[in-house]
Amino acid sequence: MGSLIKSGGVSGAILSRIATNDQHGENSEYFDGWKAYDKDPFHLSRNPHGIIQMGLAENQLCLDLIKDWIKENPKASVCTPEGVYQFSDIANFQDYHGLNEFRQAIANFMGKARGGRVTFDPERIVMSGGATGANETIMFCLADPGDVFLVPSPYYAAFDRDLRWRTGVEIVPVHCSSSNNFKLTVEAVEWAYKKAVQSNKNVKGLLFTNPSNPLGTILDKDTLKNLVRFVTRNNIHLVVDEIYAATVFAGENFASVAEVVKDLDSSEVNVDLIHIVYSLSKDMGLPGFRVGIVYSYNDSVVSCARKMSSFGLVSSQTQFMLASMLSDDSFVDNFLMESSKRLGIRHGVFTLGLKKADINCLISTAGLFVWMDLRHLLRVRNSFESEIELWHIIIDKVKLNVSPGSSFQCTEPGWFRVCFANMDDDTLHVALRRIQDFVSKNSNKTAEKASDNDQLIQSNNAKKQKWKQSNLRLSFRRLYEDGLSSPGIMSPHSPLLRT
Amino acid sequence: MKQLSTKVTSNGHGQDSSYFLGWEEYEKNPYDEIKNPNGMIQMGLAENQLCFDLIESWLAKNPDAASLKRKGQSIFKELALFQDYHGMPEFKKAMAEFMEEIRGNRVTFDPKKIVLAAGSTSANETLMFCLAEPGDAFLLPTPYYPGFDRDLKWRTGAEIVPIHCSSSNGFQITESALQQAYQQAHKLGLKVKGVLVTNPSNPLGTALTRRELNLLVDFITSKNIHLISDEIYSGTMFGFEQFISVMDVLKDKKLENTEVSKRVHVVYSLSKDLGLPGFRVGAIYSNDDMIVSAATKMSSFGLVSSQTQYLLSALLSDKKFTSQYLEENQKRLKSRQKRLVSGLESAGITCLRSNAGLFCWVDMRHLLDTNTFEAELDLWKKIVYNVKLNISPGSSCHCTEPGWFRVCFANMSEDTLDLALKRLKTFVESTDCGRMISRSSHERLKSLRKKTVSNWVFRVSWSDRVPDER
Repeated sequence: MGSLIKSGGVSGAILSRIATNDQHGENSEYFDGWKAYDKDPFHLSRNPHGIIQMGLAENQLCLDLIKDWIKENPKASVCTPEGVYQFSDIANFQDYHGLNEFRQAIANFMGKARGGRVTFDPERIVMSGGATGANETIMFCLADPGDVFLVPSPYYAAFDRDLRWRTGVEIVPVHCSSSNNFKLTVEAVEWAYKKAVQSNKNVKGLLFTNPSNPLGTILDKDTLKNLVRFVTRNNIHLVVDEIYAATVFAGENFASVAEVVKDLDSSEVNVDLIHIVYSLSKDMGLPGFRVGIVYSYNDSVVSCARKMSSFGLVSSQTQFMLASMLSDDSFVDNFLMESSKRLGIRHGVFTLGLKKADINCLISTAGLFVWMDLRHLLRVRNSFESEIELWHIIIDKVKLNVSPGSSFQCTEPGWFRVCFANMDDDTLHVALRRIQDFVSKNSNKTAEKASDNDQLIQSNNAKKQKWKQSNLRLSFRRLYEDGLSSPGIMSPHSPLLRT
Repeated sequence: MKQLSTKVTSNGHGQDSSYFLGWEEYEKNPYDEIKNPNGMIQMGLAENQLCFDLIESWLAKNPDAASLKRKGQSIFKELALFQDYHGMPEFKKAMAEFMEEIRGNRVTFDPKKIVLAAGSTSANETLMFCLAEPGDAFLLPTPYYPGFDRDLKWRTGAEIVPIHCSSSNGFQITESALQQAYQQAHKLGLKVKGVLVTNPSNPLGTALTRRELNLLVDFITSKNIHLISDEIYSGTMFGFEQFISVMDVLKDKKLENTEVSKRVHVVYSLSKDLGLPGFRVGAIYSNDDMIVSAATKMSSFGLVSSQTQYLLSALLSDKKFTSQYLEENQKRLKSRQKRLVSGLESAGITCLRSNAGLFCWVDMRHLLDTNTFEAELDLWKKIVYNVKLNISPGSSCHCTEPGWFRVCFANMSEDTLDLALKRLKTFVESTDCGRMISRSSHERLKSLRKKTVSNWVFRVSWSDRVPDER
């Protein structure tokens, strides 16, 4: 013991709690889906029987438009002969305010993505390392360790990491249910708020994604207004992650919280409490470029978040290119219109195909996925165990990687998020065919299927032992759409894999 | 209930320091040769602007990399979608090899142990999150980079305890200073998790000697703590000596693959060596799998843009380019440093002899009215507002002795540097004149002697370095 004291003790060398705990959420059993996909990734010609990735909320539908624009605008790159005269200034530029033109262009794009119904002030635009960085930063600004944020469930799986891991903030879910189509209500928020306060929790705010991930639904303007009134009355913050703002393809216009702030009387909204998180990863399909935005109506938060943005600035090379692209009004207008159209078509084709298999989805008008109702296929109704079993079957037999609802903290078993915009048309049709085949075989041969299932279940028992012992409130955190944790997840098409 | 977090309301971001205030003043009145010739010259920004032409000509010869193509085919889509936090394998390989090249290929870096980050700002913070609990301390030799107060402490809750270094031995780290800092941490009730050094040093512009590195490795071994070596300036070494990395020392001491080697971590970035701070390319290198794993997950909060990774993997994989670049970079830095040093000398100002970095550690103690930090700040204000040069006062770097200033030389043209030196010389001469009149001759002699003595001390303390011309 003496020598330990002299040497500073064992504890000097050990790593922090953050580094060694599970709060990053990636050690979940739900790795199975990703591992399975990694081992056997689908390719139309090279591996037509492989697993199709439908767990990744990427938007691949309009990359051709962007690619063409880049080709036609070589000046937008600091590396091309046409643009290299700007290279040294841009390569040298690390001001955390960001390029003025970049902020202007982002503000412009955000306004257009909301149909021009609201404008954004470039001075309030703060960069971050993707929406991942933006969400963490806003937590660092609004909450101290131990403070609570209310988050409606089902919610994006990686919020557990982004909002909590290094910040020490706690999430208290506001459970939404299928009884009212998972709609978020003020009553539900009020109830969750009161309950948290009664348990002596320090609630700092409410955070949700709108349009919703994983639901694909948008919040109606009235409810949004009432939520703004609610947070104002109770002096807590409202953070709306509008990362899917431009993925609306049908129905009502998307009402951004910015619109509500504009519409409401100053007595009804304390703007110091309102914050928006944004990103180009979904609307434009550019997750690789790491463009996250914190937009706050609170000057102190803008100032603080800006200083924190040093930890995740957008590469100036990327800022420069996007500044040019997003100030090209005719490109942006066309892009938004085309993107919406293609998403709508893709959504229509997919949901129609699912209907043929008697599978319904939650009615949605946005997002890159559907919230698929497979409750009727559960071996045992209302059982998360059955949800996992069904999920394993979908991976192993139907050969699709989809995301089980429990991974989004959904309280009702049987729902699955299925992405439809991260593949080409042919692949989508293969996926639909597989689903239709599976369902028809399932209904024709129920008896055989049951025994197949049993065999599958038995063979999976070893894996499930661990699961059965764990808490039923499954904490799958891994299946978020950044597609990262499993080593080297890349599209099998990627030439980057050829080295 | 207070509305915002303590991080917003505290001063933990450290930006109320003079280091940043000087920048703000510069922003209000920036020098421009034609448009604003009387404006403020920025000498507080450690940028490397000397070699952009080399990169630009490489771009001209490599159109594929420049336009997101591979073998003539566009790979835009793959880049747009690539967000794997493990980073691009070719990029990490190229980084590893570049880091090896800078160290004379004497040590190897395994690409799998590299974690990419959004600049070394992010890399350093991430390492703190991995190694320290709120309230834990890291020991840092003073003077140190002002940004560390924010990067290491602000959101992590970690503490910095200084290892006091003094001009009496050229600000080298001594064993007694290390022990004193360790004990001071204990007195403050702080658990020491490690030591962090910048090597070559910012703001000193000197590379750590082998003696100091051995000392550090021995120290962390005996205390069972970590060592972070921020080697962001490793490619700016222009002296006769080779850069000695902590990795060299581990190898020479035969400590590779031991428990100790798992506690030694290197931070790197392309912001200084390649002059690309805007591209946000940082890296953590660690032999500890758990740290690599945790840091990799944390890098989600600050990944490197895929288009930047692709461009730079092509650039750094071109070995012909990298060897030419490193050689030319060093040559230009050396010549620029010499220009600054001789310009300062002609104004009667000496510097700590430097062999690396983008700045000099300048001794202006003789220009202080009194040997106090108040006097240093007064002098600084005069230099900023009257002489119109933004330089960084030593107090902003936590130097324990007043009168030292960091002056950058690689972020401007030669002409601008010459102008800055001219302004400074004029200022000093006016001050000296004023002083000469009011001072007694006794004091004049005393101050002259002091200068001679300190020069002598520098020469002695440099005995374990290879002699170099100033």
